[in-house]
Amino acid sequence: MESQTVTLQGHIIDSLILAKVVDTIVMLGGTFTLSEVTVGTKREDLSHAKIHIEAPTTELLQDILTAIQPHGAVVEAEQDCMVVPAPADGILPEDFYATSHLSTQIRWQGNWIDVPQPEMDLAILVKTSPLSAHMIPMGSVKKGDLVVTGRKGIRVFPLERPKERDVFGFMEAQVSSERPHRHIIADVAKRMKTIQQRRQEGKGSAKVLFAGGPAIIHAGGREALAWIIESGYIHVLFCGNALAAHDMEASLYGTSLGYNLGIGRSVPHGHEHHLRTINRVRALGSIQKAVESGIIKEGIMAACVRKGVPIVLAGTIRDDGPLPEVITDSIKAQEAMRAALPGVELALLVASTLHAVATGNLLPASVPTVCVDINPAVPTKLSDRGSFQAVGLVMDSSSFLRELARELGWKG
Amino acid sequence: MSRLLMCPPDYYGIEYEINPWMRVSNQSNGDRARTQWQALTQVLEKEIGTKLEFMEPVPGLPDLVFTANAGVLHEGKAVPSRFRHPERQREERHFIDWFTKKGYEVINLDAEIYFEGAGDLLEFPEFWIGGYRQRSDIRAYDQLSTIFQKKILTVELVDQRFYHLDTCFCPLSNGELLYFPPAFDAYAQTVIASHVEQNKRFAVPNSEGERFACNAVCIDRHVVLPTGCPETMEWLTQQGYTPHPIELEEFLKAGGSAKCLTLALD
Repeated sequence: MESQTVTLQGHIIDSLILAKVVDTIVMLGGTFTLSEVTVGTKREDLSHAKIHIEAPTTELLQDILTAIQPHGAVVEAEQDCMVVPAPADGILPEDFYATSHLSTQIRWQGNWIDVPQPEMDLAILVKTSPLSAHMIPMGSVKKGDLVVTGRKGIRVFPLERPKERDVFGFMEAQVSSERPHRHIIADVAKRMKTIQQRRQEGKGSAKVLFAGGPAIIHAGGREALAWIIESGYIHVLFCGNALAAHDMEASLYGTSLGYNLGIGRSVPHGHEHHLRTINRVRALGSIQKAVESGIIKEGIMAACVRKGVPIVLAGTIRDDGPLPEVITDSIKAQEAMRAALPGVELALLVASTLHAVATGNLLPASVPTVCVDINPAVPTKLSDRGSFQAVGLVMDSSSFLRELARELGWKG
Repeated sequence: MSRLLMCPPDYYGIEYEINPWMRVSNQSNGDRARTQWQALTQVLEKEIGTKLEFMEPVPGLPDLVFTANAGVLHEGKAVPSRFRHPERQREERHFIDWFTKKGYEVINLDAEIYFEGAGDLLEFPEFWIGGYRQRSDIRAYDQLSTIFQKKILTVELVDQRFYHLDTCFCPLSNGELLYFPPAFDAYAQTVIASHVEQNKRFAVPNSEGERFACNAVCIDRHVVLPTGCPETMEWLTQQGYTPHPIELEEFLKAGGSAKCLTLALD
């Protein structure tokens, strides 16, 4: 969609000029939003309107502008964006532009250039040779980097409604435990199948991201998730120390946090199992070695290693061990998660407040996202923090994963 | 007493073609033009009692005779025209000189905005009305509205033959209107209809619209208009006006008639 904002001024209401201009836009195949209308209060006062025009092609947009300019529509003057060098490493210039997770362009020497991989709450860095723009976290900026400031010469595009007529097409982040789940899960499965099929046919490298918490293991979703990964439906996994530790604990001891997963009872000294698991893996040097050596035989970690699914393990303050791959520097963990995002076309955030919100904050708004949690506060929090594209599903993670796996062909 | 500015047709002629009426091959007759112009001054001065002021004609500026396009004057302020065609842009400084000499406060519109004076901006007591698209830019009226503190409705002119508002629209002194609807787009026709009651507006018939029936000068209850407009004259009479038909064929060759030849000074 191409767009342009125009302003209109004069006795535009009584003279039907505003009506004529918007009729012309629609007649030529464009759409419009009246972003501002000020009506004069005294007889001689002028009225003002700001009209945002959208058209499917540049040519059509130009035709519309040509048609409405004689009626007084003035294209809002476009200006280049402003840049100011960062005053020191890790410090952004005052008045830096804070990004959204919507598709963004900056204007540089008269041309609009894309800022790839949009992410909220970052700054925009401009590199001049060759010319490129990037979103950059505050902490990564280096002294002298050119950082976009102010609001001129920046345009942000509203999220386009997906073409698919599925649950993501509604783009509503309403969260309710009383909404039926089945059709949402069926739509998620359908998207996963499509992505897998495209990958198998060698058409692109679209990825499904899964971010999860240890409740998946406790609640009984481990088997289903391992099957989904083994079947090639997930291509990158974000989790913390706990999910990995309890998953491997289950493989070694049949317990999760000391509870026997088969009989559902705590076993003697079971609370030590996850520590012994972590210690064992640390001794082996990595999760990969633990799987490859045959010590960890099945489960989520084993499936990831066997299928070559990259895992980003982000540490938290109460981690035991942690496991060797856990990144304990949270900024480095953020960077590792960010680096794994290009190509993600579907994100499943399951049973983890921390990882759901962290991942949500890193994702462009254009990535269809499902947030599953038994606590409605989690999808609500995600939505409140700006990830408005996320579809919230209030349900038990195990039920979700088992139902999703069945939709994908699991016989368990 | 009403005052009008006129300019003798000493150097009038069809020297270029900037509207569909003008044909260099259809040259005006200088003697006849002078006779017709003088007849107009006679009617205005002797029959209606108007005070006339005259500008000095300038060689090489054949259209200086159409003083309606000098600019717009109101309460001591003058906004001079900015002509769209280079042929007439040479007139601008002569009009500005005259305004300055007469003590008007001259206020210029922003550069690159075309505006052709009282040819395109006409007055009703409650609001003014500005024609655009053919000669004047619609954006001129925002500035004029601010300068004169007037509400200005803008109407689109869609027929090149009626290139100025005063060729197809004539407000009368008692709030009535003569107009030629086909010269306006549908939006403008709606605007006109919603601002002037139906029994107060007369849509001149095609044959009279094309003879510039609307290019009339209205002073109090007198209306000076071109000859050959019987239906318009009849309607004017019914409304209590005295029509004064004047033969102005020589000026119609340039796309002008009575109103184009005068500029109201008060």
